[in-house]
Amino acid sequence: MTDSQRSNVLHLGVIALLAVAFFILPTYHVGNLSRIMVLAVYAIGYNFLFGYTGLLSLGHALFFAAGMYGLGLSMELLDLTSAPALAIGLASALTISAVIGFLALRTSGVSFMIVTLMFAQAGYLSILYFGSYTRGDEGFVIQQADRVMFGLDLSNDTARYFAALVLFSICFLAIARLVQSPFGRTLIAIRENEERARMLGYNTVAHKLKAVVISGTISGLAGAAYALLFGYAGATFATVQYSIFPLLWVLLGGAGTTIGPLIGVIFMFYLIDLSSSITSAYMLIAGVVLVLLTLFAPQGLAGELRKRVFKWMP
Amino acid sequence: MDAMTILSTKGLTKSYGGIKANTDIDFALPRGKTMALIGPNGAGKSTFVGMLCGRIPATSGDVFFEGENINALPAHQRISLGIAYTFQITSVFAGLSLHENVALAARRRLGADVAAVDAKVADVLARVGLAERTDQNAGDLSYGHQRLLEIAMGLAQDPRLFILDEPTQGLADSEVADFITLINTLAGETTILLIEHNMDVVMQTATHITVLNAGEVLAAGTPDEIRANTAVQAAYLGTSDA
Repeated sequence: MTDSQRSNVLHLGVIALLAVAFFILPTYHVGNLSRIMVLAVYAIGYNFLFGYTGLLSLGHALFFAAGMYGLGLSMELLDLTSAPALAIGLASALTISAVIGFLALRTSGVSFMIVTLMFAQAGYLSILYFGSYTRGDEGFVIQQADRVMFGLDLSNDTARYFAALVLFSICFLAIARLVQSPFGRTLIAIRENEERARMLGYNTVAHKLKAVVISGTISGLAGAAYALLFGYAGATFATVQYSIFPLLWVLLGGAGTTIGPLIGVIFMFYLIDLSSSITSAYMLIAGVVLVLLTLFAPQGLAGELRKRVFKWMP
Repeated sequence: MDAMTILSTKGLTKSYGGIKANTDIDFALPRGKTMALIGPNGAGKSTFVGMLCGRIPATSGDVFFEGENINALPAHQRISLGIAYTFQITSVFAGLSLHENVALAARRRLGADVAAVDAKVADVLARVGLAERTDQNAGDLSYGHQRLLEIAMGLAQDPRLFILDEPTQGLADSEVADFITLINTLAGETTILLIEHNMDVVMQTATHITVLNAGEVLAAGTPDEIRANTAVQAAYLGTSDA
């Protein structure tokens, strides 16, 4: 088997496993997995910029919220149905990420982190400021009757699970393909040594801007899907916490690996879930585990697997 | 500008604050030849080639490539015109395989044609003698091999002008000999601009030599002319009879 065949088997295998999980896992875990898959889409978007392009953003909550509110507000205020609202959610995330990327890419390293963080804070405060439309912190519920797409009732557990699976699969496979394309390999080159990439004749600024837009749009898609599938949009999702989450997921799962984002979200979700069933100081347990993992698996779970066993993993 | 000149500069100057690193450099690079740029440490050689390929913005003056003024072009566009540049301090993609390092260089021109890129990679790696190491990580190579990889990345671009900034620095004697052979096989295929301290290398490869001293052109000519030039001898050896 060639490396690319192996990686196809891996990706299709993960998707098949998730499909089978619906039929064998108890309802509680099936519900969790729907949420995990949508959050994994967010992590995939983040990983594309952080893991493959080497740009650490602390402002991705803005893109997630752009998708969430683009969809939510156009359904709430304009009475659009779910499909055009989803398109508006995507368009908002795309536009905002293009503008933020254009401005923030004038900086690099720590300054890039701070600039993206500041823009995301500005976005969060704008949501609060326009509270008469967005209902601020309290947020708003998307009515069950509106959560229908192509005749499917997305508030139904089965439809929701498979909608999340389809969404996840599309993003998962598309990114796996993209990172192995010439474009993706150039991004990896920029991550490894930007000056060298530039002196090979690549327009590194244009490449990085495209990466921000792709990453931001996928994050926005996750935000829109989250609102649609779980019926709620609120300002919490625009807070700095939601910019840190994808960074943690990706670091734990393995930055720059295609399956890292999913593994990271599953791990973190169940780490908090299990530790909170033991003690109310669950963040203490979660914190210790995170520190241990950072010490002993600095490249994340999938990153360590790639280093030790599966060197071909994309 | 005549057809025999591939690259030239007019009044090229770089100053850092009040200090002039390069002053009014007029320079012409004959097509298809190997030109060595020599001069004592601090003469401004790296600054000069930095301005040629766009890494360092010039304070004033013009750079012409194939008769066109390229002052306004950013570095990546100058590279796209066919100027390849190898770094003075080795700069490879340490985390990627040799194959991928060279493929990145080849792909910018050859695009998504996988077969053509693979063939190019195999060809240039064989040429610099790194063919057996194609799957190794570049970061695991010895320093000398990393320098050879740099050269392979330059060759993979099929450059019209190949600028090498101190390529033999830190190489063992046997590796230097191989390098001289390699450069001489390239002669005629492409134009080479070589910044070099090692006079053996210069005398065995260059058809033309330009000497920089204190940011100015001290002399230019054939190796024999340069050898006989008293000003050059003074600059290098510190003799006072110049």
